[in-house]
Formats: sequence, structure tokens, C-alpha cells
Amino acid sequence: MAMIEIQNLTKRFGELTAVDSINLKVEKGEIFGLLGPNGAGKTTTINMLVTLLAPTSGTAKVNGFDIRTQAGKVRQSVGIVFQDPSLDTILTARENLELHARLYSVPRDVREKRIEELLALMDLQGRADNIVKHFSGGMRRRLELARGLLHHPSVLFLDEPTLGLDPQTRELTWRYIKTVAAQQQTTVVLTTHYMDEADQVCDRIGIVDHGKVIALDTPVNLREGLGGDLIYLTVASPDVDRLKRLSYVKKAEVADGHLSLTVENAPVHLPEVLSLLKDVKSVEVRIPTLNDVFLRYTGRKIRVEEGDSGWAEAAWRFQTGGRD
Amino acid sequence: MGVLGGVYGIWLREFKVFQREKSRVISSIITPLMWMVIVGSGLGASVKFGDYSYQSFIFPGIVMMLALFSSMFFGLYIVWDRKIDVLKEVLVSPVPRTAIFFGKVLGGCTDVLLQVVVFLVIGVFFAPLTVASVVAALFIAMVIAIGMVSVGLAIGSFFESLEGFQVIISFLVFPLFFLSGALYPIEPLPSWLKAVAYIDPLTYAVDALRSIQLGLPSVIPLPVDFAVIIGFAASMILIGTLAFKRMR
Repeated sequence: MAMIEIQNLTKRFGELTAVDSINLKVEKGEIFGLLGPNGAGKTTTINMLVTLLAPTSGTAKVNGFDIRTQAGKVRQSVGIVFQDPSLDTILTARENLELHARLYSVPRDVREKRIEELLALMDLQGRADNIVKHFSGGMRRRLELARGLLHHPSVLFLDEPTLGLDPQTRELTWRYIKTVAAQQQTTVVLTTHYMDEADQVCDRIGIVDHGKVIALDTPVNLREGLGGDLIYLTVASPDVDRLKRLSYVKKAEVADGHLSLTVENAPVHLPEVLSLLKDVKSVEVRIPTLNDVFLRYTGRKIRVEEGDSGWAEAAWRFQTGGRD
Repeated sequence: MGVLGGVYGIWLREFKVFQREKSRVISSIITPLMWMVIVGSGLGASVKFGDYSYQSFIFPGIVMMLALFSSMFFGLYIVWDRKIDVLKEVLVSPVPRTAIFFGKVLGGCTDVLLQVVVFLVIGVFFAPLTVASVVAALFIAMVIAIGMVSVGLAIGSFFESLEGFQVIISFLVFPLFFLSGALYPIEPLPSWLKAVAYIDPLTYAVDALRSIQLGLPSVIPLPVDFAVIIGFAASMILIGTLAFKRMR
């Protein structure tokens, strides 16, 4: 069963089309990632799916309820962790959760048990009665995750759940998200622009740019769609024809003392490739990342429109922390 | 549960915030106390209305001033909640906007009434208080609080900056206070000023409370006083609800 079914969803702000006729299905139990640069339309899409924003045209069903006509039921079905923390810092962790339970009509007998359960899941039991003001960024995120899950939502939306957290806390947060999706059988829709993190966490990924979904698949398929892994070798006179006969070698090119191979599963096949070559001076293996996938799909577009691939790429790499 | 649970949750949150920010009570009591002590004794040294000291004459007016100021500035907290993104959690929940509004109004009224109680306790030093006058003060303050908290919240729902909100509210509260007859009797006023005073809902509150507290005949018949402030509160609730419905 599709938990989310988006049909021609569009949002215009005056001249700007923030979300441009998106069609998408997210299945029950999936962790689905919406990836894209800032301003691609990710947050706008989520805001429409949680009925904070009305679509200009098109619609979507969340948990079988139409976002245009059944907003109340949609709201009861979703949990959301916003990009900016929205905890009440003057209340304690428990009071924040209690308020949420009341806003979502969680019956009193269920409430206390559920709160204890989630505090335990997020490792916050010891701090339950402390004022949130004194919590660290990571603890606040965890509390927000707990809060988003409190009313057993069918879909949990996470808008940039790791933005502004340090690398260790980011990793920890992702681990919690994975645990939650598995244990609570919740469908998770998240946005991020940390490509490597999305790669590890998401079952499927939709790449969004200029309000459109331009690629949609599992992270593995997206990466393999690039043609395979790259092996760069510095080697004097390789027997290129022999290499080309290998079933897993897709492409082999020589240019001034360098051999560049496109292969399937480079880590496994590297030893055999090396055994077939003499006097190898250096080897570099490059396994494409989602970053490369992203560049492939959006970079080209930027090039066509702005005619300056170098800068666009550099800017992008700079934004994503230069991971290569 | 359901909607009422939501209203209760929002009220409880406001109440807890109020409990933890004790400075709210202290700062709201200080201004009316200064009016009583400084202006009350200062002007009171040379001014007297009827058989009453100036202090006991303005006391009902200052009680209403406290209710007015605290109520209107309560709207500030919704601007602040929006600024620190706490409001979003409530706005995205299934609780209807009307319920959110009522929760906030109840929260605001609780704050205001507790401040009024503290002020009335201190008021024993300034003015003769009877059980009837305390009950009347609380009831009238509650009605005014419902109306003025609604105004503050309605205005607050339009603002994203604290400064903008404060400017608008200051423009409203001072004329409402000065024109209400809190500091002087309104009968001798020139007719144009009297006309303006009669537009001010606080005039009716001050008139009613003063007449009950000092045992004077009221300038406006008491039933009219009560009808006007209750009608005012009801219409402000309506306006506030509408404002919350369009809030993003």
C-alpha cells in the first residue's frame, strides 16, 4: 500500500514555481529521501504534505487521506520534525511530550507508557524532567524525534534532521532514525543535502531540482546508473585489449601514461586487474557517490542554463563540504 | 479528550511558562504600584474628588490599567512563540485554530487574574476593600482580560517582529488607559473628549468598579456598563478567532 501518493503536486509563489507537478509514491515502511540543493522545493513539498501549505494545483494522499479535503486526518496521521527546532525550551522534556500527546488526543492511559517507551528509545530517560533549555543539539533532535513519533504517526517527516549537528551527533541521529523506522514500522520521508548520509539511510531516493523530481531509485541503482566504479592506474604500457575482454570491464581508456577503467564492483575485481598489468606505479579506485549522481543529473542542467559548469560544480562541492 | 484536551494542553503550557517566569508578575505589578504610590500620593496631595482620597479614587482605574496592559502585552508571547518556532508545533497539530485561540485566551486570562489578585492584596494599603468589591474587581478584570487578551493575540498573530508588535500595542494601550477615566472623573470633561471616552470600553469597566468599590452612584447605569464590556469581550473573541484561522 502506498503511504504517500503525490499527483501533479504544484506550488507557485507568484512567478516562482517552487514545486513543479511532482508525481511520487512512497510505500509503507520505506525510508524515502528527498535530496536537492537549497531552494529545490523539498521543504515546500513537505509543508504541503503536512497541510501547512495549500497546493496551487494537484494533490496528494497521505495515509489514504487527501491533503486538500481531509487536512485533519492527514495531520493526525503524520509526525514532523522541522528544520528549525520547535521544542518549548522552558518546559521539561516530559512536558513537551505531554503537550504533544494532548494536541494529538493520545488517551491518558496510553500517554505515560508511550512517553516512557520513547524516552528510553531515544536514551533520554535520565533527562526527562530537565528543562529543555539545558539540552545539547543532539538531545534536542532526539527529543523532537520522540515527540514526532508519540501519536503513532503512519508517516514521519524529517526536514533536514541533521542540519547544524556535529558529525558524530549526525551519525548517531541517523542511527536513531533507522531504529525508529524498523521498530515502529513507520514510513519515513526525509530531506537532506548530505548525500553520503542519505546513501546509507534511505531505501529510495528522489533527487529534486527546480521543483521537479529528476531521478528516482534506490541509492545503489542510482550509483550504478553512472556506469560503474572507476579505477585510475599509472602504468607504462598496458594491454588494453586484454582488459577489455574481461566481462566486468565496461570501458578502458589510455591517456599519457594513465589508464582509466570503468568496471563493475571495483574492490572485488581490482586484484585481477592488477595481476594482468606490469609495473603499476599507482592505483586509485573511485566508487561513485550520490554526489556524482547528483552532479550527473543537475550539473548538466546547470551547464545548459548557465554555461559555466566549473563554477557550478565548485560551488556545489563547496556547499556539500567538498566530499569527493 | 479531543478538542478540549488540546485547549487544556495549551492552557497548561501557558500556565507553566507563567509559573517559571516569575519576573512577569513582578514587572507587571511594578507599573501600577508606581502609579498608586507616586502619582497617587503626588497628585493626591493637592487633588481630591468628593469624600475620597485621590489614591482610593484612582485605585479601581489602576486595577483596570493592570488588566489592560497585561492582557494586551500577552499577545507578545504569540509573536515570541512564532519567533522561536514553538508555535509551529501547535499549528501543525490536528487541534482546530479556534481551540488554539481559546487555549491561549484562557492562559492569558489566568496570568492577568493572578496579577490582579496580587495587586488587590497590596491594594489593602491604598483603598478600602470589601468582599463585594473584590469579587467585582475580579469579575470585571476577567471580562476585560478576555476582550483585551483577544485583541493582543489577534494583533500578535499578524506580527513577526516583537518591536513592531510593541509599537502598535503602545499606541493602543495608552489612549485606552488615559481616556478611561481611570485618573479623573469623566462627567466634567468637554463634550468632544467625553464622546471619545465613551468609545473606550475600559471607561465602562472603570465606572462599574469605582461605583461598586466606593459605593458611589455610577456615571453610566451599571447594567449598561456590564452589557458593554461583555459585548466587547464577545466581539473581540470573534475577531481573534478569525485572525487565528488565517494565521500561517
